[in-house]
Amino acid sequence: MSGLGRLARSAAAGAPTPAAAPLPPRPKGFRLYLRALSSDKLAFAAALFLGLLLVAAVFAGVVAPHDPEAGGLMLRNQPPLTAAQDGGVPYLLGTDQLGRDELSRLLYGARISLAVGVVSVLLSGTFGVLVGLVAGYYRGVVDDVIMRLVDLQMGFPSLLTALVVLYVLGAGVWKVIFVLAVTRWMIYARVSRGLVLSHREDVFVEAAQAMGSSDRRILFRHILPNLLSPILVLATLEVATMILTEASLSFLGLGIRPPQSSWGLMLAEGRGYVTTAWWLVTFPGLAILLTALSLNLLANWARAVTDPVTRWRYLQPKRARAAFDQA
Amino acid sequence: MVVVFFVTHQLGDPARLMLRPEATEEQVQALRASLGLDAPLPVQFGRYVADLLRGDFGDSIWQRVPALPIVLDRVPATLYLAGFTLLVAIPLAVALGVVSAVKPRSLADRVVTVVALAGVSTADFWLGLMLILVFAVQLGWLPTSGFGGVPFVILPAAALAVRPIGRVSQVVRSAMLDELGKGYVTTARAKGLGERVVVFFHTIKNASIPIVTMMGDEAAALLNGAVVIETLFGWPGVGILLIQAIERRDLPLIEAAVITIAVMIVTVNLLVDLAYTLIDPRVRYG
Repeated sequence: MSGLGRLARSAAAGAPTPAAAPLPPRPKGFRLYLRALSSDKLAFAAALFLGLLLVAAVFAGVVAPHDPEAGGLMLRNQPPLTAAQDGGVPYLLGTDQLGRDELSRLLYGARISLAVGVVSVLLSGTFGVLVGLVAGYYRGVVDDVIMRLVDLQMGFPSLLTALVVLYVLGAGVWKVIFVLAVTRWMIYARVSRGLVLSHREDVFVEAAQAMGSSDRRILFRHILPNLLSPILVLATLEVATMILTEASLSFLGLGIRPPQSSWGLMLAEGRGYVTTAWWLVTFPGLAILLTALSLNLLANWARAVTDPVTRWRYLQPKRARAAFDQA
Repeated sequence: MVVVFFVTHQLGDPARLMLRPEATEEQVQALRASLGLDAPLPVQFGRYVADLLRGDFGDSIWQRVPALPIVLDRVPATLYLAGFTLLVAIPLAVALGVVSAVKPRSLADRVVTVVALAGVSTADFWLGLMLILVFAVQLGWLPTSGFGGVPFVILPAAALAVRPIGRVSQVVRSAMLDELGKGYVTTARAKGLGERVVVFFHTIKNASIPIVTMMGDEAAALLNGAVVIETLFGWPGVGILLIQAIERRDLPLIEAAVITIAVMIVTVNLLVDLAYTLIDPRVRYG
């Protein structure tokens, strides 16, 4: 990029007369987001971490240095960096109460924790958005009934709802996913209903109606695409919430049960060794923290980038941004 | 009117919650008839409300005494913990949010934002474990668990406070940013008022409606966290009682605990609604 072009753009950004300088062609689609991501260090780090974590979880069988189930009483609660007896990879994060490699267990636990987070968000998001679309578009009695249900459930802490429902259903991965989805669908219903309400009076909906489009076509082809970016931001935040809730449930003994494992369950199991093996309670929690924090940072970034009002900041060179921030 | 509407809504929720387990649990088939759960839904609801008003949940299966008094005995401990948490969290959250809003996009703002997000992203029970590890096990300054005076409440309250601090400070920031851009702020500055006066006497009052809403939500959500934190620290509140009741499949006790928590949440919401009328006179006539 030439110095002149940069100067012109920074002038356009700093002064309220954008017509003065010709704007360079804007990147579109995927490349736009890639460029916007590279200008935000924290969001970039977050995306990188999540990407690596996802790869490590999917290919845990290849990446993990040890078998997550293989232990031995001689290897119980070895501190981090203990050398392996067979001369293999050292136990980087130590071993747990049964002599199993903590790092490998974390990687396998990531599978469950991430799967629970993502699948429950997909379920609750799909259901909630559908309900919100219907409520917002048709209004009337349907809307009243749905929103009353939403208000009812919003009033009560979702972890407690989940606890009581799991008390009935019993523990297990699919039950946890189902319960988490049930406790959070109303968030999407409320948000998407509000968005539909603001869009249903728009001219493009009127035009579609005038051309004889069916309700279904209007809802899914015209209105839904307008909801996607705020819903995606919300869903990203919700994955973090779901992972945290799953951890709490597993910690209380009502979530994931052995032999399956998740980060929350690892914390529950390590709890008895707080005084003797600090690594057992430290690393699973750090994994949860980093994952949830990355999701939050990414959602923050995505919110700014998908909004045309704030997006330009992420596409400007550094100097232009600094000039704006000082103004 | 608004308040009454809100309260009735909230009270309907636990009833629905209770119906779900009873309707699907085979173990309570026998219990079902004796509890009158074969009656039509509206009738059940009517009886339920009637029972609720009398405070009658039946006897606890575990302790063989009426369930409600057991739960009510635990309420002060939970309130003590939640109150102490809010006492720490709210001033800190407001301070962080104001620092963040006064100079948007500054280094301080970015640090506060990341800290707030980290607070929201931390599993509260894990933080509790870490605090136990450092302050109780390593340093030996504070007790690991149990109930008592200020030394006992510090660690659980700190673990509980992190999330509300993160949430509330973000809301304080955006509400303050909205208000600082308004005309009356310019007027106040033009009058020659100091920035501190502008921020603390003019802006913060006008920004307080969304802040109070979020505080109410977080106060209610504290009861969520309290279940886990009380279990971790052996704090004799309603939360740990609920978990114990669930472990023992003690239905009347679970019901009593859930209803009690629901009533506490309704009370918080009521207080928030009342706070609106104090903050904004327009709400009173609305």
